[in-house]
Amino acid sequence: MAAENQSQTSQSDLPCVLILKPPPSFALFGDHFLDSPKFQYLKAYESPLPLSQFLHTHAQSVQAILSSGGAPVTADTIRLLPRLDLVVTTSQGLNHIDLSECRCRGIAVASAGTIFSADCADSVVGLLIDVLRKISAANRYVKQGLWSSQGVYPLGYKLGGKRVGIVGLGSIGTEVAKRLEAFGCSISYNSRTKKPLAPYTFYPNVVQLAANCDALIICCALTDETHHLINKEVLSALGKDGVIINIARGPIIDEKELVRCLVKGEIRGAGLDVFEHEPDVPVELFELDNVVMSPHNAVFTWESFEDLCKLVVGNFEAFFSNEPLLSPVALDHLPQFSG
Amino acid sequence: MESIGVLMACPMNSYLEQQLDKRFKLYRFWTVPDKSSFLASHKDSIQAVVGNAGAGADAELIEALPKLEIVASFSVGLDKIDLAKCKEKGIRVTNTPDVLTEDVADLAIGLMLAVLRKLCESDRYVRSGKWKKGDYVLTTKFTGKKVGIIGLGRIGMAIAKRAEAFSCPISYYTRTEKPDIKYKYYPSVVELAAHCDILVVACPLTKETHHIINREVIDALGPKGVLINIGRGPHVDEPELVSALVERRLGGAGLDVFENEPYVPEELFGLDNVVLLPHVGSGTVETRQAMADLVIGNLEAHFQKKPLLTPVV
Repeated sequence: MAAENQSQTSQSDLPCVLILKPPPSFALFGDHFLDSPKFQYLKAYESPLPLSQFLHTHAQSVQAILSSGGAPVTADTIRLLPRLDLVVTTSQGLNHIDLSECRCRGIAVASAGTIFSADCADSVVGLLIDVLRKISAANRYVKQGLWSSQGVYPLGYKLGGKRVGIVGLGSIGTEVAKRLEAFGCSISYNSRTKKPLAPYTFYPNVVQLAANCDALIICCALTDETHHLINKEVLSALGKDGVIINIARGPIIDEKELVRCLVKGEIRGAGLDVFEHEPDVPVELFELDNVVMSPHNAVFTWESFEDLCKLVVGNFEAFFSNEPLLSPVALDHLPQFSG
Repeated sequence: MESIGVLMACPMNSYLEQQLDKRFKLYRFWTVPDKSSFLASHKDSIQAVVGNAGAGADAELIEALPKLEIVASFSVGLDKIDLAKCKEKGIRVTNTPDVLTEDVADLAIGLMLAVLRKLCESDRYVRSGKWKKGDYVLTTKFTGKKVGIIGLGRIGMAIAKRAEAFSCPISYYTRTEKPDIKYKYYPSVVELAAHCDILVVACPLTKETHHIINREVIDALGPKGVLINIGRGPHVDEPELVSALVERRLGGAGLDVFENEPYVPEELFGLDNVVLLPHVGSGTVETRQAMADLVIGNLEAHFQKKPLLTPVV
């Protein structure tokens, strides 16, 4: 009938979005979580063909890519897709996309924008309180029955009045600052450029920031410049009463050096959601009570995933209707990450 | 003042103990083999008692010490002190308000984040060495959740201020509605529980607030609700709480205090939506030092006949 014909023609007419590898939301909600009646997905991971062949076969149909951290978009991939005009990533981070290639080709990029900023900031505060007040360690202590057998638990450290240094005062850094101010913390930061409207103290480099704070919070993007930004010099400046929290990207910190400092007691503690070689985590950290870890899940809340679904689908639908993207990334002033 | 006898009810802080030892004649009650004969033989030497959240000065102890002039508590809570008896006998009472407000409020928020975002479970998972890519678990967002506070004193207000920074709408219950407070008031704990996502106990423990968290309140809070207790164990009907958590009729709990510390119901040990702490609300190096200095300051002021720093009675 008319309806059947309609659905048959519209199926083959629907614009195509390529997915190289399934995003995390598919593992949680199934393969149809991000479906829309206005476009269709080409799932490269379901094809028996090797990737380059698959891309070659579908080169003329692919106008957009759905990317995520585990499904990077490289220059090589982009070059195989002459009709590619849009990359939408499910993450706030962009280090897995060759942005300069996108810029060259005039390919638009849309990200998770700021929908994860609150959850990331909440994770920062949670990890910071946990490290200072030993919440996870004390919870373990009680649940092993040690409170009744071994007695009083060692004291933690006060958060109020501590100096917080934020590396990267973007959306997440700003949300962190707002929260920690309510705990009586003083806020300072380092960013690529000073933010004239930010009421916080600016330090021109991370070593100076670390030397003047008690808690160093990593909230910046991973780029060529920020790779191993937190190195021996910075950790030494942070010092034995300093704590570091990282919810950004593992490679921003020289992990070997961080582990050494923690094992030797050269810094007070660390809260880490990300690591250099996830899911591998240095085993020395497993013995330390002054370290709190999470498996790169700072954004994994029900509420954020609902918001993400609307945003991802909304971006594709807007694009295919020639409407403005909901969360476009401005490519002009972004720094490079060579991967 | 080295001849003034001070009875310390239990071990609470080595710096405090050291300072008391230096300045007064210190008696460590917990080291005494026979407490009643000790009290009988020392009743005329003891002029001060130093207590804490665990042990203070009940009617029996007060009656046994005819020379008792002051009870200085290493806590802000006064539930272990017979205040009426102290008033009757003209015995002064001091506590440690303000210096611990921030730490307790910080811990309340820390517990909320730990429960909702499963921080302890995440840490346990990574620490097990079993983290595999693709293993995802979703947790509950904290920002924007409705926080209901029982008791809007110093600690309750400090919790509200912090939760507001996470855009949490705040509501509260107190015996009477507070004028000039912008938060939503509910005239009963059950109504407060029914209208919030996270319920925090931040009021003093008195006869009226004993078991203020009962079955009815727990039911109103419900399977998505979370209870945070940084007050006193007896605020909560503990067996009711335990069965609600085990049966998943309550969404989760963050508990720093228990009815019979240091004993914690073992049924809670295996629950990943429950975070248990060994009464560490004010347990930081900085705050315990400040609390100890207040206790010493109050005792010295009293025996030097100067105004007390933080008198209650």
